Amino acid sequence: MKSAVITFPGSNREQDVVKALAQATGKAPAAVWHADHDLPQGTDLVVLPGGFSYGDYLRCGAIAGRAPIMDAVRAHAARGGLVLGICNGFQILVESGLLPGILMRNADLRFVCRMQHLRVERNDTAYTSAYHAGQVIKVCIAHGEGNYIADDQTIARLEGEGRVAFRYCDAQGQLGGVSNPNGSIHDIAGIYSDNLRVLGMMPHPENLIDSLVGGVDGRGLFASLNKAA
Amino acid sequence: MKARVTVTLKNGVLDPQGKAIESALRSLGIDGVASVRQGKVFDIVLDSTDKSAAEAALKQAGDKLLANTVIENFKVDLLD
Repeated sequence: MKSAVITFPGSNREQDVVKALAQATGKAPAAVWHADHDLPQGTDLVVLPGGFSYGDYLRCGAIAGRAPIMDAVRAHAARGGLVLGICNGFQILVESGLLPGILMRNADLRFVCRMQHLRVERNDTAYTSAYHAGQVIKVCIAHGEGNYIADDQTIARLEGEGRVAFRYCDAQGQLGGVSNPNGSIHDIAGIYSDNLRVLGMMPHPENLIDSLVGGVDGRGLFASLNKAA
Repeated sequence: MKARVTVTLKNGVLDPQGKAIESALRSLGIDGVASVRQGKVFDIVLDSTDKSAAEAALKQAGDKLLANTVIENFKVDLLD
């Protein structure tokens, strides 16, 4: 399993991802700079980490989505390569056209930073095989623009094709109400591309990999990836 | 040549910032505000003096970067 983590100016969770991947795979991922034009030869997984790329100027992820390295990321995705975007990385994926829809300002206009339960919608993908379908996991969220929306047709397609990866829920797995932190339509916390190889998600599994720090529910995602490639 | 690109949210797209501004205006006692939608304005200076070339470049700028056409519309005005 060869992974690469891309750093943009303003990324700030790249070391968290490096740590999570190193723990799961036993080797450190390659560090790739946004201005590079190529991914390392043989890369299986590309991760776009969280942070505030380009200070969230224009729109979150808008400028990073057009950075030089993104052409290589698009080509990697087109070959069926794995691409994971977390938080700002998810915003970059929708801005770059790799995933549909957009992440708007949270419905209550507040930056939300808290622990959050998610329901794993399916476990037959490269990202979730270490979980079981319907499992409730506890990770954390930290974002001001996580309110996922798309037009009705896109939402119907995502739902119909089973492309919702995670939904916000409470500890019992109940959806809706106060367990939705940002107003996302259908409580969507993460979505897949049509071939299930690109995943964008607002929550941070990479921060829940150590029992000393909040829990280990995020480990499953990286363990799944390690098994997949 | 100077130009202005105005980016606005499409109809039907929820605009929580516009809503917050709307209620702030009301709480300031500014009467008669029916609704507020927030957008963005880009004032751009172009090297070109050719109008159609400028319009084509700005259209590209709007489509490729300035607006996210999933939720936003934009319009281009040449100012001189």
